[in-house]
Amino acid sequence: MAPRPKLAVWKFASCDGCQLTLLDCEDELLAIADALDIAQFLEATKVATDGPYDVSLVEGSITTAHDAQRIRDIRAQTKTLITIGACATAGGTQSLRNFADVDAYTSMVYAHPDYISTLATSTPISDHVKVDFELRGCPVSKHQLLELISATLAGRKPHVPLTSQCTECKQHGTTCVTVAHGIPCLGPVTQAGCGNLCPSVGRGCYGCFGPKETPNAAALSAQMAGLGLPPRALRDLYRSFNAAAPEFQAESKRHD
Amino acid sequence: MTERIIQVDALARVEGEGALYVRLNGAQIEAVEFRIFEPPRFFEAFMVGRDAREAPDITSRICGICPIAYIMGASQAVEQALGIGTSPDIEALRRMLYCGEWIQSHVLHAAMLHAPDFLGLADAIEIAKTNPDLVRKALRLKKLGNTLMEVIGGRSVHPVNTRIGGFYRAPEVERIRALIPELEWGAQAARELTLAFAGFDFPADEYDYHFVSLVHPEDYPITQGRIGSSRGLDIPVADFNAHFSEHHVARSNALQGRMKDGSAYLVGPLARYTNNYDRLSASCQATALEAGLGPVVRNPFKSILVRMIEVQYACEEAARIAGSYVAPSPAFFVAPDRAGEGHGCTEAPRGLCYHHYRIDAEGRIEMAQIVPPTSQNQPQIEADLTRVVAANLGMADDALKWRCEQTIRNYDPCISCATHFLKLTVDRV
Repeated sequence: MAPRPKLAVWKFASCDGCQLTLLDCEDELLAIADALDIAQFLEATKVATDGPYDVSLVEGSITTAHDAQRIRDIRAQTKTLITIGACATAGGTQSLRNFADVDAYTSMVYAHPDYISTLATSTPISDHVKVDFELRGCPVSKHQLLELISATLAGRKPHVPLTSQCTECKQHGTTCVTVAHGIPCLGPVTQAGCGNLCPSVGRGCYGCFGPKETPNAAALSAQMAGLGLPPRALRDLYRSFNAAAPEFQAESKRHD
Repeated sequence: MTERIIQVDALARVEGEGALYVRLNGAQIEAVEFRIFEPPRFFEAFMVGRDAREAPDITSRICGICPIAYIMGASQAVEQALGIGTSPDIEALRRMLYCGEWIQSHVLHAAMLHAPDFLGLADAIEIAKTNPDLVRKALRLKKLGNTLMEVIGGRSVHPVNTRIGGFYRAPEVERIRALIPELEWGAQAARELTLAFAGFDFPADEYDYHFVSLVHPEDYPITQGRIGSSRGLDIPVADFNAHFSEHHVARSNALQGRMKDGSAYLVGPLARYTNNYDRLSASCQATALEAGLGPVVRNPFKSILVRMIEVQYACEEAARIAGSYVAPSPAFFVAPDRAGEGHGCTEAPRGLCYHHYRIDAEGRIEMAQIVPPTSQNQPQIEADLTRVVAANLGMADDALKWRCEQTIRNYDPCISCATHFLKLTVDRV
């Protein structure tokens, strides 16, 4: 029998929710553990096997000099490096620091800022090393994660659509919340894949899957401004879980 | 004398990045440190200036394992500040959603992260090799918790259907009722897992903890109550800062919680159970008795049993709420812009989680304070480590190291939460 591919799961600055999504595959977890040699997954096991690794799943963003070095070491030992979630692909919620003065932040939260060692920015993994595939979402979708693992094991390209959330509304037969109810929605500029969660409960998309390919955010902003959304609210809508994704960052800065 | 150093650079089977360092000089314990090196993420700082109605969705990103604790604490505090109430139907649905989080989080920890310690195994996958039925039962139970969160909250990690004032859309009655048969199975499965785990060989270790939790006259506390303790504290949530404080120590990127007099205290399942035993259902009390537990549990290694009893309770409670569920109408109450200050406090799976916000006249956050359970438990975790090391000096380094790790895992520490956890280093001098 050929040896099973070695999988490593790594954590950087994050909420642990994307790693948890892997553990949330309750029906598939034992099969995954059969198909793969789980060589590193600190949150789930004491097993810690040295590299090289066939596949690394990386959660979290880079916020310390130590972590910037750690991701380079992981890359050097990994054949296929995949980032999972908004922190690893776009810097995450903690990238809100990129828009402010970090020294002011440390003194606001911590009594002794001198104990804290942190970078001024929270940056995606791809700012530091070559990434082979980025899985979007805050958190990632369980279905997309399973598809990605299956595809990677089979050596094929994962089926992860790059279209907008609007296409999910059409597929689900969800009435457009903006057209029908005047609710601000990032759906037209946000990548599909969550499963049409927010619009299907009558809520505007809040962009947790990050920007779609070539989004026309300026046109969407004009539309939302027409609905009466003030510039500050418009800015904050783009500036959340994918605040440092280039297209969302540029659009939020236009409304600063 | 010989120096011994017991050190774990990156603790496994905990949520987040922590380490352990113990230095011994003969029988003298010179240092015991639970270090949290998880990078800080500065939530309290970047919330300032944001619309207060965003607080639940932003703070949920503090933790992917217990997002409901943040969503609910933030919702309570902001609703109080903006001067709106909800309805009994909305509060019942919130409690049911929170039951889902207790189930998935407790089963993840008890069966997959903590149980392997008692069996001397690396992980739940190894348990599955010899006892696949136990692992399959635990996974089905964990999935049930996630299903509750998906049906009510729209998603299990970072739910989207919750909002200030209630829910975006009330789930249909049929979808809620349809959960009842699996919840009834779940209560029985949780009881069976409690009794299976009760057969573990528990280290003899007892301590007279200061147990702090929410207390409530009728309910086993989840979403509501006053803050009470085993030593007579009984205060409204708004008085939290008058009795508790947070301190910054060099070894931890998480603030450490202490009583104002500097003493350590314990939050979490043992505290909830001991402070509220009389509010548990008769069936849960029966499971506790059969598992060998009295109304007070002082052995931290037995927290695994209390967690599973709480899973039984959460299944029973969710089934009860589902049985009398009516879709809340309206599904939410609208909050106006106004200046105000509010406090929120709920029982996260790992214990008391406090939120405090001050909001300006435009409804924007001026000040945010969030005190998660693992921050509060750090001083007690270090006290437990010192006691466990002192009682086991004769152990070989590897065994002592594992025992220390287990002592930390007793708390199901959530380091991602606490930094808003740990490396073990044992130095034997």
